[in-house]
Amino acid sequence: MIRLEKRPSPSRVWTAATPVLAVALTMVAGGVLFAMLGKDPVAAIRIIFWDPLFNEQFASYSRPQLLVKAGPLILIAIGLSLGFRAGIWNIGAEGQYIIGALSGAGVALALYPLEAWFVFPLMVIAGGLGGWAWAMIPAILKTRFRTNEILVSLLLVYVAEQILAAMALGLMRNPEGGGFPGSRNLQQYPAAANTELIANSGMHWGVVAAFVAVIAAYVLLNRHMLGFQIRLTGQSPRAARFAGVNPNGLVLFCLGASGALAGLAGLFEVSGPAGQVSIDFNQGYGFTAIIVAFLGRLNPVGILLAGLLMALTYIGGELAQFMLNLPAAAIQAFQGMLLFFLLGLDVLTNYRLRWGKREIA
Amino acid sequence: MDLSAIDPVILIASLMVASTPILLAATGELIVEKSGVLNLGVEGMMITGAICGFAASVQTGSPALGFLAAIIGGAALSMIFGLLTQVLMSNQVATGLALTLFGLGLSALIGQGYAGMKPPPTRPLDLGVLSDLPVIGKIVFSHDAMVYVSLALVALVWAFLRYTRAGLILRAVGESHEAAHALGYKVVRIRLMAIGFGGAMAGLGGAYLSLIRVPQWTEGMTAGAGWIALALVVFASWRPWRLLLGAYLFGGITVLQLNLQAAGVAVPAEFLSATPYLVTILVLVLMSADRSRAALHAPADLGKTFHASS
Amino acid sequence: MTALLTVEGLTKAYPGVVANDHVSFEIAEGEVHALLGENGAGKSTLVKMIYGLVQPDSGRMTLRAAPYAPPEPSAARRAGVAMVFQHFSLFDALSVAENIALGMETPPPMRRLAGQIREVSETYGLPLNPDRLVGDLSAGERQRVEIIRCLLQDPRVLIMDEPTSVLTPQEVDILFATLRKLAAEGTAILYISHKLEEIRTLCDRATVLRLGRVVESCNPREKTAAELAEMMVGAKLATPSRAGSAPGAPVLEVSGLSLPSPNPFGTSLRDISFTVRAGEILGIGGVAGNGQDELLDAISGEAPVAPDTVRLHGQAIGALGPSLRRRIAVLAAPEERLGHAAAPDMSLTENAMLTAAIRQGLATRGFLKWPAARAFAEKVIDTFDVRTPGPGNAARSLSGGNLQKFVIGREVLQRPEVLVVNQPTWGVDASAAAAIRQSLLDLAEAGTAVVVISQDLDELMEISDRFAALNEGRLSAPRPAKGLSLEEIGLMMGGAHGMEVAHVAE
Repeated sequence: MIRLEKRPSPSRVWTAATPVLAVALTMVAGGVLFAMLGKDPVAAIRIIFWDPLFNEQFASYSRPQLLVKAGPLILIAIGLSLGFRAGIWNIGAEGQYIIGALSGAGVALALYPLEAWFVFPLMVIAGGLGGWAWAMIPAILKTRFRTNEILVSLLLVYVAEQILAAMALGLMRNPEGGGFPGSRNLQQYPAAANTELIANSGMHWGVVAAFVAVIAAYVLLNRHMLGFQIRLTGQSPRAARFAGVNPNGLVLFCLGASGALAGLAGLFEVSGPAGQVSIDFNQGYGFTAIIVAFLGRLNPVGILLAGLLMALTYIGGELAQFMLNLPAAAIQAFQGMLLFFLLGLDVLTNYRLRWGKREIA
Repeated sequence: MDLSAIDPVILIASLMVASTPILLAATGELIVEKSGVLNLGVEGMMITGAICGFAASVQTGSPALGFLAAIIGGAALSMIFGLLTQVLMSNQVATGLALTLFGLGLSALIGQGYAGMKPPPTRPLDLGVLSDLPVIGKIVFSHDAMVYVSLALVALVWAFLRYTRAGLILRAVGESHEAAHALGYKVVRIRLMAIGFGGAMAGLGGAYLSLIRVPQWTEGMTAGAGWIALALVVFASWRPWRLLLGAYLFGGITVLQLNLQAAGVAVPAEFLSATPYLVTILVLVLMSADRSRAALHAPADLGKTFHASS
Repeated sequence: MTALLTVEGLTKAYPGVVANDHVSFEIAEGEVHALLGENGAGKSTLVKMIYGLVQPDSGRMTLRAAPYAPPEPSAARRAGVAMVFQHFSLFDALSVAENIALGMETPPPMRRLAGQIREVSETYGLPLNPDRLVGDLSAGERQRVEIIRCLLQDPRVLIMDEPTSVLTPQEVDILFATLRKLAAEGTAILYISHKLEEIRTLCDRATVLRLGRVVESCNPREKTAAELAEMMVGAKLATPSRAGSAPGAPVLEVSGLSLPSPNPFGTSLRDISFTVRAGEILGIGGVAGNGQDELLDAISGEAPVAPDTVRLHGQAIGALGPSLRRRIAVLAAPEERLGHAAAPDMSLTENAMLTAAIRQGLATRGFLKWPAARAFAEKVIDTFDVRTPGPGNAARSLSGGNLQKFVIGREVLQRPEVLVVNQPTWGVDASAAAAIRQSLLDLAEAGTAVVVISQDLDELMEISDRFAALNEGRLSAPRPAKGLSLEEIGLMMGGAHGMEVAHVAE
């Protein structure tokens, strides 16, 4: 009989090893899933994880997509990880992402067709503020009324989606679009376009912002009092209060920061790869970023790697859809599976497996 | 705009139908939370139940078998959560989220090819004279069996928690798993059973959506119903009868906003569609502002991880 | 006398420690048998095996001459073994009757059970209302719930784990009367304690455990407390000493301090007033749950109060939070080591940062100086003889005594003007406890105003200059500790809380 025995200190080896092991196990389980769908599992795994980067035929298109997809995932996940570390659960990043995009795009559409250097910076500010403000709703409700932030932030996603629909069909609809839903294409509005910075690299301002966020979060968590307080609050709330942490301030900071980063991600997406406000321009990045945050062990560098990996599964998934007729939903289930394995294997970080006589549990 | 097109009798009757899915799911989650476990995967289990039920009833032509399949599907998915949180001691919040994300993906996968199909119809129960009563007959006695099953389940859960020894043990485990363990109760086993029940009920609620309320299959069709069910448990401060009240309140708002949309009220349809979520948030705020009462009924060990150290 | 329960060669090993090493003893019917030993001597493991919570690696037990090996507590209960836990196995939000039903194998219907509870509680002088919520009861009453739960099962063997730690001296007398009555009826009582005088008053035999082994078996009435202590610890202990200089000017003044409890079952502080002078130790006694945590929170700044109610050198500081109070050298060490005084999963270096960042200058403009924090943690470890491989180890990897030395040392080395500690030696082995007490005395000697909150009256009498007691959130007027009798102390703690009066009709 296998028993679990608490380790005196968390294992550093397993902290790093569990994500790798989880990915490996997910590949196996995913292979089984694909086989059940009647696809060749080995081919499917190769197409998802290998071909986007190294297949001569596809790589030239796919490689830049890696950064395009990873940018928003990393940006959002970095913000979420701050709160998750402190036990503050913002799971409504999708909503903050939408509102950020709408705010930023709103600025651009209001100023259209003004060509001035400040248009894009203004949009960035508006995008961040929009996401921040949307996240302040659960934050203030939590600090004032102790309302559960998990439920509020999530329910606000549905509200944000309705606002998005209202905007795409109403206020922000392209007057020259012949009645089709969706706004003007911002890619065709030079002062507002979030263009590729290096040709064929996928690098745009959102990716730059993501890298900056990774570095800033790393410094914050490891070298700054605020980051220490975040970690302390997550591990031991009572000890944090004893240490002088203001819990309400932390809620406002963590939700605000994650909202602002999600809003920025939305703005960079709508003014770049997506190009316009449309009913479904959001691709669920706000939810996938939750997986990215956990897969990266809530560690900034880990999140960078996890974001790239998750982007790969998106691109690979599209490729597999095209090549093998694999349903799009399979990739979503695949990503969920990855999170399961990761959470399950986490036990190894804090517990040792023992083979021995059974204890009464 | 023509508000006279809204018939209050039909409104109230359809309110009962609209609230049944979340009532079922919330009743299950109430038991889960009373045992001290917070399962945020209700949305995922509901949608899995919705497609399992839909697929099974389309294949067999029997709504009853569909509901059975939904129960099995929801419970099976909840066991993943149970294994991870109870045996492998993973974080309940994160695991619940994972369950929702996985459930949405899995259901979309199973649902390939079921879009646009019609499930076998479920007839309203024929309650004879009762159904023919004026007004009351239409409101209360002209529904399908599941509406009455859901009401019976609320009553059963209430009686279970209040009058049975098993219910007492369940509450004790949620109140203090350490103390329950010291008395020799099998904390993990009891919680797993509660989680399984919660999954089955969420599955049932999902199937009610896809088989009766809508009735068809579309990806992501639960549209937050699972999250509203979670909010409902807080609203009810963990008491079954208040769950019923909350579910009907929510159902009423849903039905009313749909009626207003149909009547062509001069408010954008999107804002009307957002009202159920906004009202849920409002209700949550009102409930959490009054903390002293709620704290008495909230299970003290809700969401805490248990590991028998002795 | 015939043996009712025999224990032969019980052994139980956990990774790194042998908790019980071939432990043997026996209890006869009607005998009150003491299990005596320090924290970590293996008493808890032993009784958990007898109660079926833990399975022995080897060895055997017999009950009434039949083999006895309970796989789980319900089997033990069926065989007639009942246990009253030190940390009660009770449920706050459930009623007394529900709590009792949960501890019974086949409880009768609720209404009949309520009648039985009333009946048994009157018979044994432990009145209790079955309909009350357990969360609303005092510590002494909660213990009654546990005892009555056991008595309703008509036990042959009753295990009591440190039962008097939550009782006032007067309440202890009532409990002993109940236990003697039970023993006279033939129940064997296994009584676990480290309080030597109690054991000498109550028990017929004592089995002394040290480091998991039986080192002695004796009649405690024939031994002196000092002899018993030596058996338990294995060496003579130095009693803490102090030079005894006259206290200086008032440093900390608390007046009219009230603090409503934020949670439904907490204790509110009511109109608390006291003064502590430089170089003085004020001991605050009282039964657990009478406002100890809340008082520490009010002084440490975790629970801000009205500004004027707490003063340092005459300055109002009641509204300041923990960080600002640390800046002016008001420091604290809470009772709960893991999760309050220290973060369990964080390293000792990080735990040094937790309270010492301000006074030790471990951060500049918010940026942390980890090497300095590590150096400070090392200094605490060296000065206070904390046994650990190094400051990189997690707090939870330390034993209770070592972590407590770290927690106290961390505050002592920050040169406090005021230091408040709650239960400084709770669950700590005797040598560490002596070291901690000595460090508190030395600190006072150097001019700090020290407040020691503790439930261990012997400890308070040993180190305090003045003594006061908390009772239901109120503090008695402090009195000089020298010359206080046990009875006087008990009355300050609230006497028997009106418990000896069996109020039958309501």
